[in-house]
Amino acid sequence: MNITRVGSFAAISVAAALVLSACATNETPAEEAPSALAGTLVGAGSSAVGAAQEVWIAEFQTANPEVTVTYDPTGSGAGRETFLGGGSDFAGTDRAFNDEEVAAGGFASCAEGSGIVQLPLYISPIAVIFNLEGIDELNMSADVIAGIFAETITNWNDPAIAALNEGVELPDLAITPVHRSDDSGTTDNFTDYLAQAAPSVWTYEADGVWPLESGEAAQGTSGVVDAVTNGTGTIGYADASRAGDLGTVAVQIGDEFVPFSPEAAAAVVDASPFIEGRPDFDLSIELDRTPDSAAYPIVLVAYLVGCETYLDSAQAELVKAYFTYMASEAGQAASAAGAGSAPISATLFERVTAAIDVIS
Amino acid sequence: MTATDPKVRTVAPQGKPKQRLGDIVFSRTSLISGSAILAILAAVAIFLVGQSVPAFVADPEEFIGSPASFWDYVWPLVFGTLWSASLALLMALPLAVGIALFISHYAPRRLAQLLGYIVDLLAAVPSVVFGLWGIGVLAPAVLPAYTWLTENLGWIPLFAPPVSGTGRTILTASIVLGVMILPVMTAICREIFIQTPVLHEEAALALGATRWEMITMAVLPFGRPGIISGAMLGLGRALGETMAVAMVLSATGIITINLVSSANPSTIAANIALSFPEAYGVNVNLLIATGLILFLITLVVNSIARYIVNRRKDFSGAN
Repeated sequence: MNITRVGSFAAISVAAALVLSACATNETPAEEAPSALAGTLVGAGSSAVGAAQEVWIAEFQTANPEVTVTYDPTGSGAGRETFLGGGSDFAGTDRAFNDEEVAAGGFASCAEGSGIVQLPLYISPIAVIFNLEGIDELNMSADVIAGIFAETITNWNDPAIAALNEGVELPDLAITPVHRSDDSGTTDNFTDYLAQAAPSVWTYEADGVWPLESGEAAQGTSGVVDAVTNGTGTIGYADASRAGDLGTVAVQIGDEFVPFSPEAAAAVVDASPFIEGRPDFDLSIELDRTPDSAAYPIVLVAYLVGCETYLDSAQAELVKAYFTYMASEAGQAASAAGAGSAPISATLFERVTAAIDVIS
Repeated sequence: MTATDPKVRTVAPQGKPKQRLGDIVFSRTSLISGSAILAILAAVAIFLVGQSVPAFVADPEEFIGSPASFWDYVWPLVFGTLWSASLALLMALPLAVGIALFISHYAPRRLAQLLGYIVDLLAAVPSVVFGLWGIGVLAPAVLPAYTWLTENLGWIPLFAPPVSGTGRTILTASIVLGVMILPVMTAICREIFIQTPVLHEEAALALGATRWEMITMAVLPFGRPGIISGAMLGLGRALGETMAVAMVLSATGIITINLVSSANPSTIAANIALSFPEAYGVNVNLLIATGLILFLITLVVNSIARYIVNRRKDFSGAN
């Protein structure tokens, strides 16, 4: 009986595969000829990019059945080290390789003297989430957010919050700020925002580990979301795609209050300058968290890093094709749907395309 | 049986008793098993020491959070580990002894069996599930009690305000740990209580002792080494428990005895689980070095337990 069950299951799978592949073969001619790419591409790094990579890999492998792409979400630091040591063809990282690291060189997968291509292909807004009954959105300035997380503002009815939210009835309730207990790129970007936008209140440097010994700590994005959801008067920060039904904060930029949105997140990246003194194919961004126009400044930007010149030209072809796909409209739409990221803007897309062209 | 038969013994020409194949196989197997546990332990210890060395010689500036020295990094974790484990033991031990006594001496046989199964079932629940339970059920449930404690007993440092907003404090984590170590402690206590010589019990009863007096005079002294062994096994589990603590505890790396605030010390095992995914370079060695410290703490705790058990053996009535 078990055998027939397995058999029928196999039959269904085969039938499904036939039907699906039949669909695929029908569609292919409309798009392009079947790809001639073949080989294996190994990537490792940031876990923040992990969800997007899963979507990208699935779609890319469907379009290029002879190519196998793997991505190991070991963490940004480990990803950079693996890439440096030649253990991977490309890296995903929450921060770009910095000046010293680029100058030191020695990237083992790359040809002698080759530079590295760093592309900001994953932009994800970080939402400031809170749990107050009956309130879905609050306006806050950077100073207020910093005050809450530094625990100088300790009650929801604090005049500093009330002044920005006229007409909202704020409860007399203690604020419990929730932060990540693990080392994370989300914390790094959030503290970077606080340090840049509210330097007088937030006197700590940007760091992946929460710098204060107070406040509530929770494990991972889901841990923070759970703690905020189950607690009373809680506030935290998490990847915007996970905000769910919780209240979110609109951040003050000039005289405006900007709620998070993919467009506003992409806008802050556009408004930020590239780090100076790098070649054209190194698109490391110096994120400007205090934009003049309506943009959402609390974003996480993750880079995909590859070589300018690979030791193996076949490998270069693969990386080029994969990077081109990730940067494409289809690729960015896929990660927006699958991982809640913000698609890169048209201006950034042009720069990225030009940068990918140098890979050889 | 044949070996004790005098006729057979005189027939055998050599003085040595005959070695049978079964005996040889069995003795070798148990010898190998016995050495295997030593070899495994040695392998773990060698790995820990080898991987820890870079952390001891590295510049503390490179460590997570740049502490002043290695010990500055480890000390809050050691404190948190011992603090949470002892709280868990403090809550679970009386409960475990009580449950075991009820099962062995008070409950009707059928109920006792059923209870035994249920307690054993607790041991089979994965720690992740305990963690989820801690976050989703226990923490919100105890929050009102914590609030009451800070409001009414806030002058005691243990319950100093402000209260945590989510209930995910070290006390909650210790309660979860206590529940987790309950089954093994109960099982060991129950087994040892059942073995109390009936003569001792009957003698006590015959001298006019009540059931409670019989238990304090006969059962508990007899079971003391067992209770201690059980407690140490439980403590070992509480010291090393990772997942549940990592999930439940709001750990910020502070040293405090406050039980109800949202700032709590982390534990070694939970800290390794939380920090390892993003660790690289010397920080990996640092985390493994904290693992070595945990290994040593467990060793010390077990040695102390061994010492207590041995010292008490003569008076336990077990011999």
